[in-house]
Amino acid sequence: MPPRIQIISILICVFLVAYVFELVRRRHLSEEYSMGWLVTGTSMLILSVSDRALELVSELVGATLFTSTLFFFGLLFLMVICLHFSIRISALTKQVRTLTQHVGILDHEKRNLEKKMHQAPWQTSDSSLEQI
Amino acid sequence: MVTPEDDRAESVSYPEPLPQAPKTLIIIPAYNEGKNIGAVLDGIQKHFPEIPILVINDGSSDNTETIAQQHNAEVISLPCNSGYGVALQTGFLYAVKNNYSLVVQMDSDGQHDPANIAVLLEEAQKDDCDVVIGSRFIGKAHYKTSFARHAGMLLFGTIASIICRQKVTDPTSGFQVLKSRAIELIASDEYPPDYPDADFIILMNRNGFKIKEVSVTMHASPDKESMHHGHKTVYYVFKMFLSIFVTLLRKSPKR
Repeated sequence: MPPRIQIISILICVFLVAYVFELVRRRHLSEEYSMGWLVTGTSMLILSVSDRALELVSELVGATLFTSTLFFFGLLFLMVICLHFSIRISALTKQVRTLTQHVGILDHEKRNLEKKMHQAPWQTSDSSLEQI
Repeated sequence: MVTPEDDRAESVSYPEPLPQAPKTLIIIPAYNEGKNIGAVLDGIQKHFPEIPILVINDGSSDNTETIAQQHNAEVISLPCNSGYGVALQTGFLYAVKNNYSLVVQMDSDGQHDPANIAVLLEEAQKDDCDVVIGSRFIGKAHYKTSFARHAGMLLFGTIASIICRQKVTDPTSGFQVLKSRAIELIASDEYPPDYPDADFIILMNRNGFKIKEVSVTMHASPDKESMHHGHKTVYYVFKMFLSIFVTLLRKSPKR
């Protein structure tokens, strides 16, 4: 692998891993989502640092150019991360939907209860109810 | 618009009091329908003053909520606009929570003739069905739509008909009467949340529900054509095929 691309690749991977750690430390990124990025960053770092590992993996996937092995795995990891996000977004959408529905129903019930309280015969004044 | 259909509906709208009338609820999802919903509620209350009406205000930005409350309807307001299917499902969750055993589902834009509710309810009282769908395309009813919409309905109606081994002429109809088993299915997780269509009819069929279609008159909506109007056609067709396909792949709970 040409030394220039090797150095750039190593720098990017080191920066990525360090930045992800920093984000988790500051609680800007949850542990669940940092996993994918850390695995991607460290695997790419190993491939960039060790020529032997890159050769081995290139042999395995049948890549003629070492740089294309890097691109191939970079892309693969990104795809996995994106799919993971889509799954999470779907779950979140469902949760928001359920919450929306329940907030609506609860709000309706709350208003009905308030109306009933105002009509209740044993109720003397608003202030006495507020004290309870 | 008076048709012979209307006259027949008028005559059956005052049946003999049933020994035990099932607890009935009318569900109307509404999004920015302040202009039409008043007339819709008036029309229903004229024919059926005794049936409670639940309007689900789907995060409208206009006065839909106030107008519905002024017309003595129960109103559930969703905190944000979530789409037709979500609003509709909210109504069914409410129905399950409050033990309603019969639900009439209508659109808020004045397309559906309140007089037809009697026809649907009468059909639903018979024992051999779980869902009664008000169809625009059987019998004398004439309803004009754009060519693309009609083609879509024809395509998915045909697919649903083949899978269900039963004629389904109007799978997108928002005018339906559902009985307890079907109410629970809509309130469950299995309901396709975007909007009910041929995929939901197939789902009901796979659950062993009996579906019936009844001819109803539809007025062209004064403002917009339909709930599906905003959906992009390509996405709609793709989504329907995918939804039908995965519905068929899933195991049917009981058959």
